Amino acid sequence: MDLSFVVIQILTGLASASSLFIIASGLTLVFGVTRIVNFAHGSLYMLGAYFAATIISRLLDLHYGPVSFWCGVLLAALGVGALGVVMEVVLLRRIYRAPELFQLLATFGVVLIVQDVVLKVFGPQDILGPRAPGLRAPVEILGRRFPSYELVMIAAGPTVLGLLWLLLRKTRFGVLVRAATQDREMVGALGVNQRLLFTGTLFLGAFLAGLGGALQIPKSPATPRMDLDIIAEAFVVTVIGGMGSIPGAFLAAIMIGQLQAFGILIFPKVTLVLVFLLMALVLVVRPYGLLGRPEGPAPAHAAAFNGAPRPWGPTERRIALGTVAALALLPLAGDAYLLKVATEILILGLLAFSLHFLVGTGGLVSFGHAAYFGLGAYGAALACKHLSLPMELALPLAPIAAALGAAVVGFFVVRLSGIYLAMLTLAAAQILYAVAFQWVEVTGGDNGLVGIWPSSWASDRTIYYYLTLAFSVAAIAALRHAIYAPFGYSLRATRDSELRADAIGIDVRQQRWLSFILAGSAAGLAGGLYVFLKGSIDPSALGIPVSVDALTMLLLGGLQTVMGPVVGAAVLHGLKDQIMPLTDLWRLFLGCSIIVLVLLFPNGLVGAYEALRLSSTATKGAASARRREPDGAQSRPRAPLEALARSRASGAGGETSKADETV
Amino acid sequence: MSLLDVHGLTKAFGGVVAARDVTFSVAPGELVALIGPNGAGKTTTFNMVGGQLAPDKGEVRLAGEDVTHLPPREKFRRGVGRTFQIAQTFLSMTAAENVQMALMSRHGEARALRPPAGRRHREEALAALERVGMAGTADQPCAMLAYGDVKRVELAIALAGEPKLLLMDEPTAGMAPRERAALMTLAATIARERNIGVLFTEHDMGAVFGHADRILVLVRGEVITSGRPDEVRADPRVREAYLGETGAAVAMRATQKRA
Amino acid sequence: MAEQRVSRRAILGGLAAGIAAPHIARAQGQGPIKIGELNSYTRLAAFCIPYRNAMLLALDEINGKGGVLGRKLEFVIRDDGGTTGDATRVAEELVTRENVSMLAGTFLSNVGLAVADYANQRKMLFLASEPLSDAITMAQGNRYTFRVRPSTYMQTRMLVEAVKDKPVHRWAIVCPNYEYGQSAAANFKRLIKEVNPKAEIVAEQYPALGRVDAGATVNALAQARPEGIFNALFGPDLPPFVREGNTRGLFEGKTVASLLTGEPEYLLTLGEETPEGWIVTGYPWDQIELPQHKAFVQAYRARFNDTPRLGSLLGYIVVYMVRDLIAKTGSLDTEKMIATFEDMAFDTIIGPVTMRGIDHQSTHGAWVGETTLKGRQGAMKNWRYVDGATVMFPEAEVRAVRKA
Repeated sequence: MDLSFVVIQILTGLASASSLFIIASGLTLVFGVTRIVNFAHGSLYMLGAYFAATIISRLLDLHYGPVSFWCGVLLAALGVGALGVVMEVVLLRRIYRAPELFQLLATFGVVLIVQDVVLKVFGPQDILGPRAPGLRAPVEILGRRFPSYELVMIAAGPTVLGLLWLLLRKTRFGVLVRAATQDREMVGALGVNQRLLFTGTLFLGAFLAGLGGALQIPKSPATPRMDLDIIAEAFVVTVIGGMGSIPGAFLAAIMIGQLQAFGILIFPKVTLVLVFLLMALVLVVRPYGLLGRPEGPAPAHAAAFNGAPRPWGPTERRIALGTVAALALLPLAGDAYLLKVATEILILGLLAFSLHFLVGTGGLVSFGHAAYFGLGAYGAALACKHLSLPMELALPLAPIAAALGAAVVGFFVVRLSGIYLAMLTLAAAQILYAVAFQWVEVTGGDNGLVGIWPSSWASDRTIYYYLTLAFSVAAIAALRHAIYAPFGYSLRATRDSELRADAIGIDVRQQRWLSFILAGSAAGLAGGLYVFLKGSIDPSALGIPVSVDALTMLLLGGLQTVMGPVVGAAVLHGLKDQIMPLTDLWRLFLGCSIIVLVLLFPNGLVGAYEALRLSSTATKGAASARRREPDGAQSRPRAPLEALARSRASGAGGETSKADETV
Repeated sequence: MSLLDVHGLTKAFGGVVAARDVTFSVAPGELVALIGPNGAGKTTTFNMVGGQLAPDKGEVRLAGEDVTHLPPREKFRRGVGRTFQIAQTFLSMTAAENVQMALMSRHGEARALRPPAGRRHREEALAALERVGMAGTADQPCAMLAYGDVKRVELAIALAGEPKLLLMDEPTAGMAPRERAALMTLAATIARERNIGVLFTEHDMGAVFGHADRILVLVRGEVITSGRPDEVRADPRVREAYLGETGAAVAMRATQKRA
Repeated sequence: MAEQRVSRRAILGGLAAGIAAPHIARAQGQGPIKIGELNSYTRLAAFCIPYRNAMLLALDEINGKGGVLGRKLEFVIRDDGGTTGDATRVAEELVTRENVSMLAGTFLSNVGLAVADYANQRKMLFLASEPLSDAITMAQGNRYTFRVRPSTYMQTRMLVEAVKDKPVHRWAIVCPNYEYGQSAAANFKRLIKEVNPKAEIVAEQYPALGRVDAGATVNALAQARPEGIFNALFGPDLPPFVREGNTRGLFEGKTVASLLTGEPEYLLTLGEETPEGWIVTGYPWDQIELPQHKAFVQAYRARFNDTPRLGSLLGYIVVYMVRDLIAKTGSLDTEKMIATFEDMAFDTIIGPVTMRGIDHQSTHGAWVGETTLKGRQGAMKNWRYVDGATVMFPEAEVRAVRKA
């Protein structure tokens, strides 16, 4: 490797780093202020690219020159910034008080909508924008040619960093942004300014996403798939840098750019997994990213949604029994296809329920639950293919394989919390995805494995349906059992207050680790049932969409309910199944449905039912509660949220007191 | 033999020494108060004793056993109960369930898989709540309780572990004045009844001088003096560094009231 | 917009028919003959919508002349969601609810394979139209699955044949990091050594699909000082690769053999960036002089106000193949149709095509030529049609890997 080559490769890496940073800086900024993980950031980036590709071409036709080009870039970015404002005013503003996961779901709805809108407006064909006037010719560096546009890109990153620094240090807006980033409670205290601050932040974040997309145009075409391609990488950059930290994002982008540039020289096939490996490594060593700070206490309203599992009353018991009975009788009424869809819903219901065990009961937001689903599926499939085991023996291997995987991943994951925990689970799933994708000899690569059908006695649709029904209902019942058992109480205790749980002898990490394994094995069982239903498996079972679907299901059903996820699975899958054959625009409809559901039922569908039930008994309950007030209690009863906030505020425990003591 | 022996505990945060060479002991049934101005290192010391924070130097002995580096959950098993400056309870659970959770943990059932958890040790939990005056709201979720009541529940949780040593970090912080006295009296009474050693910090001088058997005064991370309440009150260094004239008056009144 | 309206109406119509009379359709009496078609219409709209357009065109032509076996021919078209999970469910819906007589379609290799396996399990005829994976007709091939488009192996072999006489020994490979790219690379390595024992592979790069880091990749390839480059990048990865390569002078004085680049799908996006003189497989739709083909192009342009893509050609041919198959079999019995299909000769708008019996691969060929810039658009020149029959897997190899 001669010097000139190394220099050129470093420069190339820096150019990629710049564009990555510009995109990630917007994401991290928005997160810092609003605490919203904006899934639609990739969509804004895509819109920036499309806007730029069309606007710049027009402007260049009018007048060819650098001025037109750069005006076009700016216009595109401003346009996207304006869309960011629209998104804030129309959607995000209404859900700031919803739990973080809900916000994520709503922005995911936006992703779906934008995908279809882009297809309709700009057409399916990729659009290759023009090159930058005046920067077409390469420059010579150490005897090698280097695109001059790349030099501009290299400068763009630090320029944006510098401008953001100025903005944040020298303006009132910047002061507010920094205050909000550092202290969530501050945001509430801002009062009237809060709206302006949030709208302004969304504008800036969207502007940066759009700018990133627009600057990309002289290098690569605008395509309808670039949103999801970029968002994962942008997440990784923000997480490695530390959520909310702009210099951190810069550092992380440079690391990734260089790793990518030199990594491909040593392992040409490493491209899929490199960034996720880096993220996993960084998080294991530095749980809050490179420059991140421990997350402050979660806002009280977010915690309030993590309710208690209420035991079933007679009505619920009847509903549950009725549902199982109806499911058992379904083969008599439904046709073969209905059975197939019902089988899928049962499997997805189990998947969502197992995820809910972690998210709802444990407060552990796994963003990579597909990992255990996929491990189960691959475990069974590989046993079937390579060991020639029949279904009866291969299926039990599914939960075992998944449990082993969950044990390994969980070991690292339980050391983290909040968004970092979510991102490490995501990284783990992506690493497994890459293994399944790349290990062609064993897993069949992205073509996957086919021909994994049930044993002949179970190959009939009805019999396989009953098999799935039996396993799913049994597994869900078992998990539900665990929720009401001391095991589930202990897990919930670690969620409500780590400090308290620790102080009464609960090993918080171990409790979470065991829960991870339990939930993982249930997801693995779902994966095993899935593979024999489909007859084939490929890496997409481990992919992000599966994890997102599972999260969507439990959010639709209601986070604080026990059976919500199952209802959510039925609704989401049923919806998809109904809409998909009707129209090419099914993603648009799905996205709108998700957003409407989020806005109408912020507690999920089952949550809405619970609220209805509670309100009917509320008058009685409130009266008796007042009567039972002890005589000694002098202070006014606090609003529950306030009490929660206080408790949460000390969540950081040692950290908080440390600060108290040293200041 | 003393119940708790703390010797030479030191902790620094990035160059700022929060606690230096802190040494003291607590005997069974004895109430020891840790006082000092804000930032004196009270909570740091507390967290080192409780296991939430690892000391840079020094050791913590519980009934002769070195427990310096044991995590809180291990200290719980060895008889340490704790309440926090801002009450830590399980908000999604009822008051009774909170206490039951501690009881399940004490009986090694925290990972049992047989439901319903809500019925385990219920009678014992109700009795514990009764003792702290919370029997009437046993089935209210903690999130719905007044803050003063939450503090009482927390005391019941801490006591459910049958502690030999009770650590209370500002037990009355955030409460109405009349409630404070009641809670402090309650805690002191129970501790003496059950021969529990208590280490507590408190800003309310009335509570400190009214209940403590011994007082340690912490200033800038160091113990400047310790002794019986009347000794401490009389110490000019304490007056200068911490109490001031009004504080001294409150302390005087509180001590006299006891006598 | 016109094409959209038409296609949606067709789909909705199909659906309405399905809802209205699911049980009547079961009888398959005098109603239309239904073929289930599934493809990635949303995820890969750029490829699949032209494909669907041409199918609708062909169907109207056929039904205008009385259909087949005296009945109307109908394609029930569904989105396969671009994933195997969705695709197999959609296939099930087509089979059990729509009661289709056979399945057709798919673009992605993994989806194609999953549907092929489903077809095998449910004993349903499946005509894979667009997926390229060799596995569909080789290692994972089955009795019920047939394929129209020339496979990765066949197209790679066409390119190798075209460059074998060039004095190029040092080859660099750049392929997208997934099955198509991996198997293109493997095929190329194997075939180039067969025709040129002195050939060596000096560099390999496998950027992630849709996320090529073009600068770094081009630089890494250039560093190995190859004399020739074999490229299988396509879609969104191709333009950045071409731009960076042009700017950094990667392609100068080198032979570039590039899969699929001559297909209008990619040339249209490349536009002015189209490199000069790459040896590519593709579809020079505007230069093919066969009268039937000219008529097809004319009808397509007239109806959709758009130029045909390779997908359009495939869609058109698939529909006519299905018609001919049913007409010749004289029934919709799956086993009988398979028997007819094997080694059946078709007279298509691009000339004779045979469905080879031993591997169920059609001899549909491809056009091999050089890329060139015509005005601001990319085009092919010096091309010739390579009959698929000349580049198929050797029969012995087929027999060795196909179990059935």
